[in-house]
Amino acid sequence: MDTIFALATAPGRAGVAIVRISGVDAVAAAQDICGSVPMQRGVRRIIDGSGDLIDEALVLTFQDKRSFTGEPVVELHLHGSPAIVAAVLDLLGRDKRLRFAEAGEFTRRALENGRLDLAQVEGLADLIDAETEAQRKQAVRVFDGALGALADEWRQQLVRAAALIEATIDFADEDVPEDVLPEVRGILINVAGSLKEQIDGVGTAERIRDGFEVAIVGAPNAGKSTLLNRIAGREAALTSSVAGTTRDVIEVRLDLAGFAVTLLDTAGIRETDDHVEGLGVALAVKRAEAADLRVLLMDGDEVPDIHVNSQDIVVRGKADTYNGGDFAVSGETGAGVDELLERIGMILKGRAQCAGVAMRLRHKVAMTETVTRIKAVQGMIEDNIGLDLIADELRAAIRAVDIIVGRVDVEDLLDEIFASFCIGK
Amino acid sequence: MKHYDVIVVGGGHAGTEAAHVSARSGAKTALVTLSEDGIGVLSCNPAIGGLGKGHLVREIDAFDGVMGTVADAAGIQFRLLNRKKGPAVQGPRAQVDRQVYRAVMGRLTKLQENLDILAGEAVGLLLVYGHCEGITLADGAQIKAHRVVLTTGTFLRGVIHIGDVAKPGGRMGDKPSVLMAQQLDEMDIPLGRLKTGTPPRLDGRTINWGGLEMQPGDDTPSFFSALTGAVSIDQVSCGITHTNERTHEIIQQNLSKSAMYGGHIEGVGPRYCPSIEDKVVRFADKTSHQIFLEPEGVSDHTVYPNGISTSLPVETQDEYVHSIAGLENAKILQPGYAIEYDHVDPRALTPTLELRACSGLYLAGQINGTTGYEEAAAQGLVAGLNAARSAQGLEPHVFTRRTSYIGVMVDDLVTRGVSEPYRMFTSRAEFRLSLRADNADQRLTDEGRQLGVVGEKRWKHFSDKMEALKNARSLLDKSKLTARQIASVGAKVNPDTPNRTGYEALSLNDFTLDMLDQLVPGAHEIDVATKTQVKYDALYAHYIERQARDVAALERDEKMTIPRDLDYAMVGGLSFELQNKLTAAKPSTLAHAGRVDGITPAALLVISAYLRREQQKKAV
Repeated sequence: MDTIFALATAPGRAGVAIVRISGVDAVAAAQDICGSVPMQRGVRRIIDGSGDLIDEALVLTFQDKRSFTGEPVVELHLHGSPAIVAAVLDLLGRDKRLRFAEAGEFTRRALENGRLDLAQVEGLADLIDAETEAQRKQAVRVFDGALGALADEWRQQLVRAAALIEATIDFADEDVPEDVLPEVRGILINVAGSLKEQIDGVGTAERIRDGFEVAIVGAPNAGKSTLLNRIAGREAALTSSVAGTTRDVIEVRLDLAGFAVTLLDTAGIRETDDHVEGLGVALAVKRAEAADLRVLLMDGDEVPDIHVNSQDIVVRGKADTYNGGDFAVSGETGAGVDELLERIGMILKGRAQCAGVAMRLRHKVAMTETVTRIKAVQGMIEDNIGLDLIADELRAAIRAVDIIVGRVDVEDLLDEIFASFCIGK
Repeated sequence: MKHYDVIVVGGGHAGTEAAHVSARSGAKTALVTLSEDGIGVLSCNPAIGGLGKGHLVREIDAFDGVMGTVADAAGIQFRLLNRKKGPAVQGPRAQVDRQVYRAVMGRLTKLQENLDILAGEAVGLLLVYGHCEGITLADGAQIKAHRVVLTTGTFLRGVIHIGDVAKPGGRMGDKPSVLMAQQLDEMDIPLGRLKTGTPPRLDGRTINWGGLEMQPGDDTPSFFSALTGAVSIDQVSCGITHTNERTHEIIQQNLSKSAMYGGHIEGVGPRYCPSIEDKVVRFADKTSHQIFLEPEGVSDHTVYPNGISTSLPVETQDEYVHSIAGLENAKILQPGYAIEYDHVDPRALTPTLELRACSGLYLAGQINGTTGYEEAAAQGLVAGLNAARSAQGLEPHVFTRRTSYIGVMVDDLVTRGVSEPYRMFTSRAEFRLSLRADNADQRLTDEGRQLGVVGEKRWKHFSDKMEALKNARSLLDKSKLTARQIASVGAKVNPDTPNRTGYEALSLNDFTLDMLDQLVPGAHEIDVATKTQVKYDALYAHYIERQARDVAALERDEKMTIPRDLDYAMVGGLSFELQNKLTAAKPSTLAHAGRVDGITPAALLVISAYLRREQQKKAV
């Protein structure tokens, strides 16, 4: 049986988020992202594909027969930030040995391996039903039916493409068009294009729900923490005039122009010999680069060593002591802070408008999978591969879309065929 | 009074296959038919096989059944459909000589050991406390048996419609079985009503073949039976003509006179086999429909115009037929007609095709809501085999979706029922890439041998084939080819990829058998049939691996059997609605339960938990 994974705790911001991996490859897969796996429990650094740190996690290993599912299980207890959870799930999703667990699958395995008694099962079944219902309602509310309508459209289009091919297969002797591939090609291009638009928008759409992250970055002692405290109106970050005071990333959540925004105050970016501060700086850079928007607080003409993009806001700090003509703010006096917040608000509003309607990571995975399948089908058509194999790949594409809207059935294909062609020689 | 292990009622495709497999398995079997001449009658078009259907015939053949052998002997035109679309969806099809088919089937049936042919009309079932123990004939005689297989086709309350004229009949010229239907009614078995139709039959000597496009058979015929080596009788071509705007006009004008459109028919007809009236109405923008003119035999002048089945009055049939190119002077030998008949809701059956409500009684063929000779014969195989095994006190044998189209069909029927006459399509098989016509014997013959229904001759032929495949495979597995070598003979491959074995090279779409001969020493000594089979196996190996997860999941759920009499209210945690649905559907395995409409993962979970607990109780 293959190895599955999923977020085992409720989604959203929380103290701890647990990602559970269950199956024969659980330990091997965890090893790949944690370096090593403890015999029972231990702290491990989770590293992404490019070698960057995602999180330090408490890792629990359960041998088969002693785990919840009765299979080898690895649990990653992460810091409960949606961004971290998303990054870890994304990383696991790239592992070919693993796949997302289906609803109730952990429980079903537990049951099959004799790890649950019936009372537990019945209780869990109620929960799964409730969860499914809650998800459905949430989907209706959050998406306002928009993603559902889109996915229905993709599915209809793909079913049409599959039906065209199936018609030429199952009704070879009948009055069906000889070459359906031009229409199939057109459908595939359309659907793939529409899917890509949604996938590109997923990041922003997730932010609308979970909140945007705005990082304040800059050289040590540029006044970042003072600015954060001014905006937050409370002493969130410890401030002092000694450079390098902030060694952790400090978060403040606030409502900004109607959006949930998390302001990140990061350690000042500089070369340092202090080991602990060095870790703080590395984390600061990573978090800042992953944030949706960066406010670069300049102290003098020193440009911080960080990757920025065109929408990031560059601003002079300590406006109270600055006399130049550039835009400047001061956490100390509050000068320029309203204008800064207005600018941030404008940028986020712009992003929200171009956001796709797809939000959940599961949907993103399903959409990405669908695009991969469609590309495979396109390649097979170009390479003149047999229609039987093309049809099989197309079915896989439809199954991927189905994860978003529900399942397809051979009857759907036949309905489409009989509605479109005059079959019956 | 005579006593048999198994009685099969009906000598059509389901009946003959059921009787033969029952006899092959060693059960003392009787085939009861209205007359000996009725054995193996093709009542619709004179062709066997096609897509999905050809797969079924190959599977029947793999079990040493009769349909493939008889169709080969009677074949007058062989074509392998979808030649260019990949081996998984290629289906063998043949036009057959109606008289020869009937003669050969009759002869084989008479020759079959353990099998008696009894001429008579079965009018009733002998029922004792809900168990079927035999049948009653019209003359009052009773025949007893441990098990009975009913294959009455469209004879259950059959009504034939031509225009506004309706008369009872099971097939043109035969009586319907009303008494049998009444008895089934009394047993409280759910029945439905379906319809199907046939076109007018034409006299081939009055057709002007001159201007028509002709379709010959393949140069190298693909047979149904693994044991057939060559064609037996003369080969012919089919003609192709088309309806035209004038034809459609005539049909439009007379639509109200059609039995279907005049409101005389309530049964549901198949969407894939619409009448010409249906075609004209539903696809009004199409100005022409294709018609295949299929000769019914070498020495028979009758022609079956496939594509214009109808329930219009005779005069209108005459008029529209004459409007078609080539048919201007065609003489109608027998008018087309629609037939309505009762069928049993197949959800009332177990996967062995035994009626739940009446143990010992098996149903096969059109009575279960299917259409087509091949579908009928395949069910005959399932019902006959299981009736015989049951009569001999042996375990039932269930065909699965994983290994056969037969399994796909039976599973579809007993779990989902039918809303129109059920026909096999390749798209119904989720494991289509592994269920190929070319590997039917590799999938099933071994199984058939273990069940005791595969004879010596076939077993020897099959064992030789498997031996040849094994040897070829081991030669190819040992050979090592570099990507450059493979590219050098013309296959599309990245020259920087690792070495491949000869078998792996064959999995490349465009790597041909010729290329193999050039690169692998000794490959040219392997016969072409064996090499072709290895090529097909290699071509799909990768895809079949990918399906392994789905297969494993299905297998697991199929193994978990649900008792027939399970009280779903006792399971706990199931909504009242789901309890009702499951009680009605009576799924026999967890896999079946999963396909019942509206069943959630949570529901499957509690059922599975309940079954486990019951098993544990028993074990203690």
